[in-house]
Amino acid sequence: METGKLTIAAVQEALRSRQISARELTQAALRTAQEENPKTNAYLLLAEERALRAAEAVDAALARGEDPGPLAGVPVAVKDNIVTRGVRTTCGSRLLEKFVPPYDATAVERLERAGAILLGKTNCDEFAMGSSNENSAFGPVRNPVAPERVPGGSSGGSAAAVAQGTAVAALGSDTGGSIRQPASFCGVVGLSPTYGRVSRYGLVAFASSLDRIGPLARNVRDAALLLQAVAGRDERDSTSACAPVPDYAAAITGEARGLRVGIPREYFEGLTPDTAAQMDKARALLGRLGCELREISLPHTEYAIPCYYILCTAEASSNLARYDGVRYTWRAPQAETLAEMYSLTRGQGFGAECKRRIMLGTYVLSAGYYDAYYLKAQKVRTLITRDFLAAFGQVDVIATPVSPFPAFRLGEKLDDPLQMYLSDIFTITASLAGLPAISVPCGKTPEGLPAGLQLIGPHFGEPVLFRLGDAFERAGGGAL
Amino acid sequence: MKITEQEVRRVAELARLELAEAELKRMTHDLDEILAHMDKLRELDTTGVEPMAQVLFPGAENSTLRADEPREPLQHEDAMANAPAAGSGHFKVPRVIER
Repeated sequence: METGKLTIAAVQEALRSRQISARELTQAALRTAQEENPKTNAYLLLAEERALRAAEAVDAALARGEDPGPLAGVPVAVKDNIVTRGVRTTCGSRLLEKFVPPYDATAVERLERAGAILLGKTNCDEFAMGSSNENSAFGPVRNPVAPERVPGGSSGGSAAAVAQGTAVAALGSDTGGSIRQPASFCGVVGLSPTYGRVSRYGLVAFASSLDRIGPLARNVRDAALLLQAVAGRDERDSTSACAPVPDYAAAITGEARGLRVGIPREYFEGLTPDTAAQMDKARALLGRLGCELREISLPHTEYAIPCYYILCTAEASSNLARYDGVRYTWRAPQAETLAEMYSLTRGQGFGAECKRRIMLGTYVLSAGYYDAYYLKAQKVRTLITRDFLAAFGQVDVIATPVSPFPAFRLGEKLDDPLQMYLSDIFTITASLAGLPAISVPCGKTPEGLPAGLQLIGPHFGEPVLFRLGDAFERAGGGAL
Repeated sequence: MKITEQEVRRVAELARLELAEAELKRMTHDLDEILAHMDKLRELDTTGVEPMAQVLFPGAENSTLRADEPREPLQHEDAMANAPAAGSGHFKVPRVIER
């Protein structure tokens, strides 16, 4: 069986009609991943033993006539900042090169309970800090659509695996766009759910007031099915929301007539001409679907980059303090004193971008600067969130580009951190406000590079995102 | 200049981050540029605006307490398994106090 283009529905059909066993499918998927991975470096590890064990459990359940779960036999890739018991989890960092977690993240546990097969762990920017996947200590990931270009980041490995056909779906994490932007660069679907919708127990913390786990998939329905399996309150994560989890697949009605879609004018400035052209086609298609397009304004958008990079670096500097050479596998061998153990382990263990963010975060939190930077940014975050809450008084969904430009060349922005930060402009606003946002493929530029349409919903508005995203996809959004 | 090399050294000390001389120069340049961009926030009058520390939802969606019942914790040896240096069930670090 050709595993490269499977959807969740196709896997269910094949398993339940006994065309193939879960074990055979998993073996085929592992073989494909093994053969294809050198082209992209999307996987850092294939969890062969664990995958085959899970597949056998699915086959055994089928043989007993039991329901093996809605994701039975589906080969899923998991970003390497989500911990997996007994399976090395590096966060793309030298510091954790040998880290073998003693427990499973809740999201992983729930995926496997739904029958999914954890195929392997995917490459990412170190501790999820980056927009190109070039900050991984284990080498960059190449975009499967255009190998000389980046896949986006930080969940670049997860996006590349789905696009390349070495996983049917994947989990990523999104702090400022780290699911949506790589999804758009690689031409797949990626969702950053409402803050708190998916438990972060077992997600290695970067910026706790922003971090989320979410799905990447080949189509909107598969993203909905993956979210269904992992969403919901988890008492091991006190920030996970108690709000009931609706039936996401049921929200996919196939039509979008009458939906009020906000087009924020601030998000259509500074696009490359090719991206602007794709967005024009997207707007026209939304109109043809019967959506009512309304121009709106989100006036504080231009303050989002400084606001985000103050808050996320401040939180990162605290969260990364735990990598001190005491508990997590690696300590600088030259350290003779306690102080050296800390500073040499961290100085040698972290890559350039992590250091930059730890330094920025430490600076903005330090005595004398706290009010001017951190507190100020928290207040601006309130203003950005209010913009959205006001907009959702008039519209059901907000549609924007995911990124001002398509996938850039490897190395193109690596030496200019500020330019790299500025590329996150359209995704970080929904991150700051805690809103759900999905990236759906929006055709390709004349150069053949995928573009992505971002749909932002109100808090817990995932159903309307799935409904509109699916309608857009079925109407040919991916081929615009 | 938003930040001097001297200040960068001080922040690196606070962050317990050893930086080589070449890294220090590069860091000073990068931080200076990024902090200059962050100054944009000064344009905004935020008098009377509440700071937002966390995304918060109405009560029911955010009730954070579970029943206070004991449960099986992570096993001691599992928690120690990734230690770079351990002994007698403890993490080992370089000597802090001289005898």
